[in-house]
Amino acid sequence: MSGLLEIRDASKSFGGVQAVTRVSLEAQKGEILSVIGPNGAGKTTVLNMISGFYHPDSGRISLEGRDVTELAPSRIAELGVARTFQNIALFRGMTVLDNLMLGRHVHMKTGVLSACAYWGLAQKEEVVHRRRVEDIIDFLRIQDLRRRPTGSLPYGLQKRVELGRALALDPKVLLLDEPMGGCNHEEKEDMARFILDVNEEWGVTVILIEHDMGVVMDISDRVAVLDMGQKIAEGTPDEVRANPRVIKAYLGETKAVPSTGGSRV
Amino acid sequence: MSDDLSFFFLLMSNGLLIGLMYSLIALGFVLVYKATDAINFAQGEFVMIAGFVTAGALMVWGAPLWVAVALALVSLVAFGFVLERVMLRRLIGRPVIAVVMATIGLAAILRGVGPFVIFSGTKPLPLPIRDEPFMLGPIFIPPIQLLGAGVSLAFLAGFGWFFLKSRKGIAMRAVADNQQVAMAMGIDVERYFGVAWAMTGVVSALGGILWGNLLGVDVNLALVGFKVFPVVILGGLDSIPGAIIGGLIVGVVENIAAGYVDPYVGGGTKDFAPYVLMILALMIRPYGIFGKRIIERV
Repeated sequence: MSGLLEIRDASKSFGGVQAVTRVSLEAQKGEILSVIGPNGAGKTTVLNMISGFYHPDSGRISLEGRDVTELAPSRIAELGVARTFQNIALFRGMTVLDNLMLGRHVHMKTGVLSACAYWGLAQKEEVVHRRRVEDIIDFLRIQDLRRRPTGSLPYGLQKRVELGRALALDPKVLLLDEPMGGCNHEEKEDMARFILDVNEEWGVTVILIEHDMGVVMDISDRVAVLDMGQKIAEGTPDEVRANPRVIKAYLGETKAVPSTGGSRV
Repeated sequence: MSDDLSFFFLLMSNGLLIGLMYSLIALGFVLVYKATDAINFAQGEFVMIAGFVTAGALMVWGAPLWVAVALALVSLVAFGFVLERVMLRRLIGRPVIAVVMATIGLAAILRGVGPFVIFSGTKPLPLPIRDEPFMLGPIFIPPIQLLGAGVSLAFLAGFGWFFLKSRKGIAMRAVADNQQVAMAMGIDVERYFGVAWAMTGVVSALGGILWGNLLGVDVNLALVGFKVFPVVILGGLDSIPGAIIGGLIVGVVENIAAGYVDPYVGGGTKDFAPYVLMILALMIRPYGIFGKRIIERV
C-alpha cells in the first residue's frame, strides 16, 4: 500500500548547513503522523519542502502518486495540502471571517476580470463558500468572533482561527507546525480534540509537528523522530517511546527524558 | 462677506480640489505599495508618459479623444504588466533599496524616452470641457478641477471597495501582508503583483490626462509625482483613505502657503511647504495618519 503523501530520500542544505539528510516519510491516508525531534532537527524544513517553500536538493515528494517535488506552493495548496505556521501567520488586519474566506481561495474560480463581468456568478459562489466557512466556524466554536480582527484575539484563539483557515481549504493533507506551542493546558486540550475530530470525522490526513510529548503520544497513529536532519526512528507512540536512540537524542539536547504529560521544554 | 474671508475660501476650495487630483496619483503609488511592498519612484513618470501618449494621439496623430484616452489606458496597463514581469519580479526578495534604485532609474529612462519617441516640446492636452470657471459666490471652480476631483473620488472609492469588500481585493491584501502565507493559501502571488501594477497603470493614465490638461504635456509633467511623497507620508503608504486625506492636506497647505506666505517672501513657498509638513510628519508619526503601524516583534 502506498501512502497518500510520500517523501523519498529528501535532502536539503542551506549554505553549508545540512538541514535534512535523506529523510523518507510516508503518511497513510487518514492517519495522524507526528514528526518530533529536538530543536533544529529539521522538522519545519520537512514541512516546508512538502508545502513547496523549499525544493529538496535531492529526493522526491509525491502526493497521491503524483510527483509534486518541484511545484510552487500555490500549486501544492491547490492539490489539497493546507498548513499552519509555527509563529501564527494570520492576516492580522483582517477579520476572522476574511481570514477563513481566504482559506477558500483555491476553490474560487472567478478571476479578477470575470468577477467584475459576471457579478451574479461571483455572488452565488460567495454564498457557497460562506456556507462552508460557517461549518468550520461552528466546528471550532468561534461563532462570536466572525467580525473580530484576528490581531486582537488571545493567542489560543488565534491558533484556532489559523487551524480554521487551513481547514477552509478542504485539505487532503493538513500540515500543523506546533499547533499547541505557547498554549496553556486548556487550549492544548481543545486543540488536540479539534485535530482528532478533523482526522476522524472529516478523514483528513494530519502531519503534526509538536513538542508536547503528552499530546503527541496521545493522538498520533504513528510518530517519526528526526535528529540532526536525519530520521532516527519511526513507529507507534509506544515503540518510539521505548527506542533507545530517541531517548539518547532527547537526553543530549535537553537533559530530560520526554515523559507523557510533559510540556515543551 | 469680507474680502479676506472670501480669499480664504477660494484658497481652500482650490486646494481641496487640487488635493484630490494629487490623491489620484498617490493612489497609484499606494496600490503598488499595498500589494507588492515596492516603492515606486517613477509614479510621476507614469503620469507623464500617459500625458505624452494622450497628447501625442490627439495633437500629433489627430486621433479622436476617446481613442486617445483608450490608448493611454491600454498602454499604461500593458506597461505596468510588462514592467512587473520583466523588471520587478526579479527584484522580489531583494533589499528595498534595489527596487527604489530600479524605479529611480526607470524614471530617468521614461523622462528621456517620452519626448524622444512621441514628441518634443510642450503640447496642450485639450479636453471638451468649458474653460470658464463655475462661480459659487466668492469662489470660482475651474471645470477641469471639478472633473479631476470627481474622477479621483470615483476611483478612490472604487479601489477602497475593492480592497475592503471584494474577495480578490482581500486576497491582494493577503499577498501584501505575507507573501509566503498567501502562497500557502493557494494564491498565485506573482499574478496579483501584475494586477497591482496594471491598476496603477489605470490610475496613472487618468492622472496623466487630467494633469496634462491642467499643466500641458512635457517632461515637467513628471514633477507632479514628487507631490506624491508628502501625500503618502502624511496619509500612510498603504492607506487609500490616507491618500485622500494626505492629498487634501497637501493641496490646502500649498495653496495657503501660496496665498498668505508668498506675498511676503516673493513666492515659491507653495513648492516646498508640503515637504516641511512631510518632514514634520516623519518625525512625529512616521506611519502616517492611516498607515499600518508596524510593530517589530523579536
